[in-house]
Amino acid sequence: MITIRIPPTLRTETEGEATVEASGETVRDLLDDLTGRFPALRERIYPGGELARFVNVYVEGEDVRTREGLETPVADSSTVILLPAMAGGC
Amino acid sequence: MVAKSVLELVGNTPLVELQRLSPPGVRLYAKLEGQNPTGSIKDRIALAMVEAAEASGELEPGRELLEPTSGNTGISLAMVARVKNYSLTCVMPENATEERKRLLKLMGANIVLSPASEGTNGSVHAALDLVERESRYFMPFQYANDANPRAHYDGTGAEIVEALDRVDVFVAGLGTGGTLMGAGARVREAFPDAVVAAAEPLPGDPVIGLRSLDDGYVPPILDVAKLDRKLLVTNADSVAGVRALLDEEAIFAGISSGAVVHVAQELGSELDEGVVVCVLADGGWKYLSASFWAAEDVEAAMETSIWW
Repeated sequence: MITIRIPPTLRTETEGEATVEASGETVRDLLDDLTGRFPALRERIYPGGELARFVNVYVEGEDVRTREGLETPVADSSTVILLPAMAGGC
Repeated sequence: MVAKSVLELVGNTPLVELQRLSPPGVRLYAKLEGQNPTGSIKDRIALAMVEAAEASGELEPGRELLEPTSGNTGISLAMVARVKNYSLTCVMPENATEERKRLLKLMGANIVLSPASEGTNGSVHAALDLVERESRYFMPFQYANDANPRAHYDGTGAEIVEALDRVDVFVAGLGTGGTLMGAGARVREAFPDAVVAAAEPLPGDPVIGLRSLDDGYVPPILDVAKLDRKLLVTNADSVAGVRALLDEEAIFAGISSGAVVHVAQELGSELDEGVVVCVLADGGWKYLSASFWAAEDVEAAMETSIWW
């Protein structure tokens, strides 16, 4: 199982859990598994099977958008982090 | 050379080799943006955005500058506003540090506070409201102003490709995306195989907690498809990077620079040989009063704020 970190803003959709377990070989597998168990989450982060614009997914600290997107492979030891897109730059 | 005003001292910052921090076989260079007149890379874009607006006629004498910013951009705009005789108002969250408010006031800026609970997005919304209501304001708005990446294409990036005969990896911090888009494009033009890499902060839960997804924000000038790598850096790794710069190279840089050096070393160590260039956006001075320097648990001490 792979542990996914859930940002505070999405924890109402995961029954308050800050981390959830999911299984799969790619980010797409993980999101399918995760949003299958927490359907309310699907609409927020993964509508129509595509990553929502304001959601970033990181595998081993790297944004999957600069890797292979939803096809980015994950291993059992992978760290996966979901984050909302935020304005930076002070 | 004698400059006519501080504005002529913006840019042309030094590049320095980080000999002790370079991975084996790799030459690692840092561009010291803290050596701009107000001590940060934002001097470049503040000057460029104001001059672009003057050239287009959007900004005329009598109009006032307004920008949502709690830090470097405000200080840089205050410098430009002073020299060019404009009034400047900065909108920032009420929990911005006293040090920054004081410096902005000393430089002549007016300050409007937005609710702490809404974070920087709240300041952006408040500033957009003010501009809509009061026509005297002109808002440069660094997140959506093309003069921001252009300043880095014409300045930061051009200076790097002029100084170096090879660049394999270019690393900068991700804020508005201006440095990465502008300087990244210029570096890639000169060295087509160069990897353009973004270092981005991993925010603590208290910071993320303030943002809803519906309120998500991707700066209009940022095109993530133009980045080759986009890497999260923890606050602990950023502080370790700042300390390494101090301990090994005697360079006192800001928090984002610690993250940038961390990523530069990581990507450099993936190479057998080559040249890595990183941009250190500001000096460490504005962070001296922060509590994390002495904290036992750096992550806990830093997790309630965004540091760049």
